Amino acid sequence: MEIVFAILLGGLFGFVLERAGAANPDKILGMLTLRDLHLMKAIFSAIGMSSLILFAGILLGVVEISHLSIKNMYPGVLIGGVVMGFGWALGGFCPGTGIVAAGRGRKDAWFFILGGLVGAFIFTLQFGSLDAAGWMTDWFGGKATLVNTGAKGASPLLTGSWTPFLAMAIGAAMLAIGALLPLKPGKTD
Amino acid sequence: MKEWNWFQAGIGLAASFLLAVILVQPIGVSTQFVILDGIIAKTIHPEWVQADARAKSGYKSPNAYLNKSGGKYAKNIAHPLNYSFIFVLAMLGGGLVARVTRKDKTLHQIPEIHAARFGQTPVLRYVLAFFGGVIVLWGARLAGGCTSGHMMSGMMQTAISGYLFAAAVFVVAVPVSLILYRAKGGA
Repeated sequence: MEIVFAILLGGLFGFVLERAGAANPDKILGMLTLRDLHLMKAIFSAIGMSSLILFAGILLGVVEISHLSIKNMYPGVLIGGVVMGFGWALGGFCPGTGIVAAGRGRKDAWFFILGGLVGAFIFTLQFGSLDAAGWMTDWFGGKATLVNTGAKGASPLLTGSWTPFLAMAIGAAMLAIGALLPLKPGKTD
Repeated sequence: MKEWNWFQAGIGLAASFLLAVILVQPIGVSTQFVILDGIIAKTIHPEWVQADARAKSGYKSPNAYLNKSGGKYAKNIAHPLNYSFIFVLAMLGGGLVARVTRKDKTLHQIPEIHAARFGQTPVLRYVLAFFGGVIVLWGARLAGGCTSGHMMSGMMQTAISGYLFAAAVFVVAVPVSLILYRAKGGA
């Protein structure tokens, strides 16, 4: 059953990323060079909508809390983010969009995937020493969240039954940012 | 079918991330590069993944990364037909379906932004894509996730790691792109 879900949900996600323009480096680099904010508006509105609905579902008790999963916060998140940002600007792909772009028929995406396998392997070999150097030491108690999600092992910064409403308010704000951002900032029309 | 506008794209992405978390677990991609590496490495060095009844997952590895969390990655390398790995393979299939169901088949193998700056030489584009891949996956594995796992799934759940990761990525990606892909001759 899980495998059927994997095929359906993965297939859906790949299809959606392509139709959203996220597998197109011109759209990604257009966003990063602030010329075409199509994807930025899509990402803001997507996170906003999904957060709004997720927390509404949690409050109504229709979302299985055990499916939530919070990633740890540690110095490597910031260092890794900075490094990934550099590579993203260079190649115009992130891991997911590179894979979809290869399915879409882009030749450069196969070079990205090949490079990705090399990068992931280098990290696999380095993990032990980076861990020993403290790069993986938890901050904010590890699985920190802003609000109380009820996720296993999570340490919410704000506790209380009202906090899911704050998450929904943040979701609504992100949706609004997505709507208000200009599509083509450079163009005055 | 036409390319979606930003709002349709937002709805499609939100639906994907919500369905995944409601039915199974949050979406993540970059870990599967490690799994595929492990599958390849195992054919050369079989001792990289060993069955071990004492390990939490039932598998262990001499490599610290594959051995972490009770050998979770080692287990997924030993059994690649698991949810997360098939999910990523299915994404490739989703991209293929999107390609064949497209009315507008236009595809710029050399991105227009790249061509405007560096011309139509494929080799330079492939070199940038390759090293982009090396750097992106190294960074994503250090951070413990990528755009899907940290930015989308993480921020959706108000994870602090998601917010800070997104900030770190854009603070670098925007200025680097502006410099790298600036219009020819200034401006």
